[in-house]
Amino acid sequence: MLIPHPLLGLRDSQEFTYLGDANLMHRPDPAAENAEAAFCEYVFLRDNPAGVHRELWFHEQGDRSWLVVTRDTTTHEILGAELASDVKLGAAQ
Amino acid sequence: MTRLSGGLIDRSKPLNFTFNGKSYRGFEGDTLASALLANGVQLMGRSFKYHRPRGVVAAGSEEPNAMVELRTGARQEPNTRATMAELYDGLSARSQNHMGPLNRDLLAVNDLMSPFFAAGFYYKTFMWPKAFWEKLYEPAIRKAAGLGSLSMLPDPDQYDKGFLHCDLLIVGAGAAGLAAALTAGRAGAEVILADEDFSLGGRLTMESDTLDEAEAAAWIASVKAELESLPNVRIMTRTTVFGVYDHGIFGAVERVADHLKEPGAKVRQTLWRITAKRAVLAAGATERHIPFADNDRPGVMMAGAMRAYANRWAASPVKRDGDAIAIFTNGDDGHRTAMDLIAKGANVLGVIDARAGAEALGDYKLFAGATVTGTKGRLGLTSIEITRNGTSEWHNVGALGVAGGWNPNVHLASHHRGRPVWDDRLLAFVPSADGPKGLIPAGAAAGKGGTAEALADGMRAAIEALSEIDVTASEIALPKAENAASDQAAFWHVPGDKRAWVDFQNDVTVKDIALAHKENMKPVEHLKRWTTLGMATDQGKTSNISALAVMAELTGKSIPETGTTIFRPPYTGVSLSVLGGGDTGNNFRPSRLTPTHHWAEKLGAEFVEVGQWMRAQYFPRQGETHWRQAVDREVLAVRAGVGICDVTTLGKVDVQGADAGEFLNRVYANMMGTLAVGKVRYGLMLREDGHLYDDGTCARLFEDHYVVTTTTANAGLVYRQMEFFHQCVWPELDVQLISTTDAWAQIAVAGPKSRELLSRIVDEFDISNEGFPFMGCAALTICGGLRARLFRISFSGELAYEVAVPARYGQALMERLMQEGADLGVTPYGTEALGVLRIEKGHAAGAELNGQTTAQMLGLGKMVSMKKDSVGAVMSRRGGLAEDKRRLVGLKPIDGQQQIMAGSHLFTRGTAQETGTDQGWVTSSCYSPHLKSYIALGYLEEGDTRIGEQITAANPLEGKTLMAEVVSAHFVDPEGGRLRD
Amino acid sequence: MKFSGFKVVKEALTGHKGWQPLWRNPEPKPAYDIVIVGGGGHGLATAFYLAKTFGELKVAVLEKGWLGSGNIGRNTTIIRSNYLLPGNEPFYEFSMKLWENLEQETNFNSMVSQRGIINLIHTDGQRDAYRRRGNAMLLAGADARLLGRDELKEMVPFLNYDNARFPIKGGLMQPRAGTARHDGVVWGYARGADQRGVDIIQNCEVTGFKIENGKVLGVETSRGFIGAKKVGVSVAGSSSRVMQKAGMRLPMESHVLQAFVSEGLKPTIPGVITFGAGHFYVSQSDKGGLVFGGDLDGYNSYAQRGNLPVVEDVLEGGMALMPMIGRARLLRSWGGIMDMSMDGSPIIDKTDIDGLYFNGGWCYGGFKATPASGYAFAHLLATDRPHETATGYRFDRFNRGHVIDEKGVGAQPNLH
Repeated sequence: MLIPHPLLGLRDSQEFTYLGDANLMHRPDPAAENAEAAFCEYVFLRDNPAGVHRELWFHEQGDRSWLVVTRDTTTHEILGAELASDVKLGAAQ
Repeated sequence: MTRLSGGLIDRSKPLNFTFNGKSYRGFEGDTLASALLANGVQLMGRSFKYHRPRGVVAAGSEEPNAMVELRTGARQEPNTRATMAELYDGLSARSQNHMGPLNRDLLAVNDLMSPFFAAGFYYKTFMWPKAFWEKLYEPAIRKAAGLGSLSMLPDPDQYDKGFLHCDLLIVGAGAAGLAAALTAGRAGAEVILADEDFSLGGRLTMESDTLDEAEAAAWIASVKAELESLPNVRIMTRTTVFGVYDHGIFGAVERVADHLKEPGAKVRQTLWRITAKRAVLAAGATERHIPFADNDRPGVMMAGAMRAYANRWAASPVKRDGDAIAIFTNGDDGHRTAMDLIAKGANVLGVIDARAGAEALGDYKLFAGATVTGTKGRLGLTSIEITRNGTSEWHNVGALGVAGGWNPNVHLASHHRGRPVWDDRLLAFVPSADGPKGLIPAGAAAGKGGTAEALADGMRAAIEALSEIDVTASEIALPKAENAASDQAAFWHVPGDKRAWVDFQNDVTVKDIALAHKENMKPVEHLKRWTTLGMATDQGKTSNISALAVMAELTGKSIPETGTTIFRPPYTGVSLSVLGGGDTGNNFRPSRLTPTHHWAEKLGAEFVEVGQWMRAQYFPRQGETHWRQAVDREVLAVRAGVGICDVTTLGKVDVQGADAGEFLNRVYANMMGTLAVGKVRYGLMLREDGHLYDDGTCARLFEDHYVVTTTTANAGLVYRQMEFFHQCVWPELDVQLISTTDAWAQIAVAGPKSRELLSRIVDEFDISNEGFPFMGCAALTICGGLRARLFRISFSGELAYEVAVPARYGQALMERLMQEGADLGVTPYGTEALGVLRIEKGHAAGAELNGQTTAQMLGLGKMVSMKKDSVGAVMSRRGGLAEDKRRLVGLKPIDGQQQIMAGSHLFTRGTAQETGTDQGWVTSSCYSPHLKSYIALGYLEEGDTRIGEQITAANPLEGKTLMAEVVSAHFVDPEGGRLRD
Repeated sequence: MKFSGFKVVKEALTGHKGWQPLWRNPEPKPAYDIVIVGGGGHGLATAFYLAKTFGELKVAVLEKGWLGSGNIGRNTTIIRSNYLLPGNEPFYEFSMKLWENLEQETNFNSMVSQRGIINLIHTDGQRDAYRRRGNAMLLAGADARLLGRDELKEMVPFLNYDNARFPIKGGLMQPRAGTARHDGVVWGYARGADQRGVDIIQNCEVTGFKIENGKVLGVETSRGFIGAKKVGVSVAGSSSRVMQKAGMRLPMESHVLQAFVSEGLKPTIPGVITFGAGHFYVSQSDKGGLVFGGDLDGYNSYAQRGNLPVVEDVLEGGMALMPMIGRARLLRSWGGIMDMSMDGSPIIDKTDIDGLYFNGGWCYGGFKATPASGYAFAHLLATDRPHETATGYRFDRFNRGHVIDEKGVGAQPNLH
């Protein structure tokens, strides 16, 4: 697979390490009343869609940036890739 | 010899070879199959199940019958298609899968037994008596099964891997492929043209068709010359594109030296990963046969193959010159073979055409509306039975060509699981539109098999492909060509009572398909699995469509309703060696060497693999005959004097920034934000699920600059996890991370005399106990100006330091320490002594931090701070973790000279030893020279309350069970006074 | 009809006229006591044991495609019970014991072949870990042997012992482990279930569940509504997709695992060999092909195909371990969808929906579990209590903190 790195262009997926669902960026509030339940859901449950999936890849053998890659799990087609920090900071604004 | 005239062989270059020990002669340009045919050899192998005599049926990589063991010794290569083995001088090949000589195979008895071996028979028997399966039936089956054999010697040849990139990859260099390559090449696109054959031209080299009213070879030569002159075109013959992977990546194998006797200095094969913006699939088509009674004898072959042998290799299919040849066809294509053979002067009996209205193309006898209904000839065809209107007669023939139509080579187009679609006009499956993105089928592979239409389609495909990537390509002047007549009847097999083979190699007959149907194995995948149809080395290339047609007839459905099969990589067999790419032996994985590796090597150290690292395990001295002597000496030296050890492999992460303290507070379970500048703290990291992840130290060198260490095993993982939290979860924090594991050489200096030793190398720095107490850290200079970092930390439990210098000074520092410490008895120690020292001290390492344990189990539950949030904190409080009562304890065998093996399980004394009563396990064990006893660490249920109890350490695996006393895990200096002095 | 050597001979002599369909193709009835969704190995085994052991007669198995078209039809056919943790080992040993009687129980030769499995040891730490595991196996009533280097070399002399990046120092062997013919397992269970009255319905895709007031009433299918008192879902590879129709999110991700078979060879490798320092394991089928595999590709996928880097990685391991297989050729590769759970262990449990039961999350180890999984799921469906060897395979183990994590890598499915 080739991953369109937003800064470096198309890079071979072998340079990357895969983590999983980009929802892992949204760590629950540890101070919330139902924190344990929220963490259980966050850590263990997945949508696991057959189709478009937003997921985290780490450019470990490259510039060490974490990317949010949008990919179809039924065809492996990649629809886009963004820097995870941009996504997170953008979401915060 | 049955050599014909003409052909593309070089008669000036004769080549000698042997087959089953007998010598033959061929020419350059021959394949093993063509050379054997030209020598009158029809019998080339045996079938898989019934061991029936078999001859070559095809002329390409789909060949299911003529499979040989090629070469000898360690280069012996089983299952080589004789059709793909280029002849070289001295080639040696043997037929395979027979017991005794090929012409008197003892296992041919299986054929007599064939009524008992119908489809699926083995699922129904061999069940009694039960024990006989492994002992009797299965070994017999395994011995009879299989095809060729391995030499069992390591492959001596070299292999390589490479990466290529192009605008357009063209798979196949036949009419369509060459037209595509010329079109794209002239347009300036980066082109790779790959073909499995050793010459360009594909089917053009095997037909008598003319191009521009001259032999096709002339046009091929001119195209080749032009393509070779274009710097943007790379021609790769002997290269099979075997798989289509994601995003335009293709797997290909180039057989660099398989046409040579030995590779010499060359690699034998190269695995190419080709990244192409677009690709044209011009892989041609594969001919199919027509099952009829006893259609598997040597001498019966595909009519198109027969034509190929005659035209390209000037090889006649018969054993003796003058023997008659017949053609059995369901369409016009078979007649072409007759015409070509006649042109070569062969004795053609005639064409048997299943179509009642068939017409002859030339001067030969036509049996219109007739079929072949039987054959004779034990080891080679001698006669055939021709039946027309219910009347049968036998004719003597030495060979029979069978023309059942052509199947486009859709394989690569279905590698992404797109199903081919049925074309009623072509009576074949063609690639569907939902094939791999960017792969455009062309020519015969797309169902356009006429020469003229293939040329035009190749050009069209190239223009279309390039336009998608904004390269403008123009039409080129194509040579004048024709499309041969290709009318064909949907005639799939000749009905009858006798066996008619569908899959030659696996011995699957029409009857087997009928039986599968009767037994409700109707879905095509069930048919395949029940009968093994299509599971031979050709993966159904020569059998699938005929089988589908037979099943369709039985079910009364159409062929596409009956099913399609899709193909998976590889297109043809790929050697396992080349897929490994030569990364064998010591090159399997990279070796990471520590900065002091060569120094240790000189000292005679034994090394051990620690992940990718090679670490000094111990440093034997003269006179030491057992590793324990060295290790005990090293341990005692640390406890009594001073030892030095390279600990560079421990992970190091530099953490800098205004929010570094806050960040570390969040990734460490314990409080780090309160750490003072110049101080080090032991830290625990959890996974978010609350389990223990890693331990290490965190040193605050400056206000905004921390250095984190990790275990060796987790160096990369912890850094990755920290970057995850930094970039994905808390990007708002002002913090920067970098892994510096390889940048700093780090050496532990441990033992009561370590301060004395270090004082001799530090520059003007107060390392007195007061000036630099336990858990201090500093950036300083040593050895007269070398920048360094000093940490007063201890893994051994002794007064100890770790000193880090830029990696390139690591060896010099080690040598300097050895020199400066000579009078102190400075002793280098390795990982074994390190392990003993930490077990004596009760420090956790990999066996205790195995990902299944918790801080609580280590007795460090209180380190998980309740005052702040950190990764894993919330989840560590879940019931199952909080209630876990297993604790790390020390274990001392009652008989100190007996080793408690790590991996033993712990039981309360006197209880039954089974899963339900299991109380824990031994994690680490060693001999403690300090205590003069074996000791161990382990996790034990409620271990913290059982100090002094005698328990059982059971190791039934090695038949060793012994009693041990539960003690504190801190065998040495439990109060920790030594490291603070 | 009973299969036997006698029957095979009789049919051979009488022109194979007496063979009958291995199973019927019944039309779906309006309702059943129990409907099993998924006609793979686990679903069919469940139906077989429901009919044979638990006496549930009105049982149907609904299969979207053809029987055995999922992972049971594409795997490396290894059976073993060499697990470490008490939540796993007794279950897999129960499975092994069922394997050992499978053919007699189903009257179908599934070619269970106990030629042994060897996990190779390369470091002292590995030996310690394998000693712990081997002891755990023995304590659970399974078999295990710790092999030294010399003993191992005698058994499998063709491995690369010396010129190796990771020299081989020994192995943990389970002699009773081995392989079984994967399709034979499907057909044996299917035929056995069919003979005992189970309706096996192919080409019948479940498109939804009918759930009212928290209770399941049946399933919507491509062939209409089918009522059921209980519905058991056993659809490896599609677990998340199917359970999503019941409104559930599962603790799993779907990943692609590739596997490979070489062209047929005369006997080369006696049992199953697992390379502990690379990603490679191998056995040889009765037909002669080397059957081997390695690591997951590593990313979520439902595409049933993988990519080249893993092919290379697997063969790098293969060639490093056994450089004498290099002249053989790869015949075929394939990719299957693995429902990778969050701790690497499966789930056999009731759901929060009354009457809806789930069996899944087998990661890449479902084949060996087929008999016990079927038995335990049948037990749960019939009695509403977990089988004694499967009490840990609950949904709530994650939230309660009782994960069964053999590898110790936590909630990251692609590392299990």
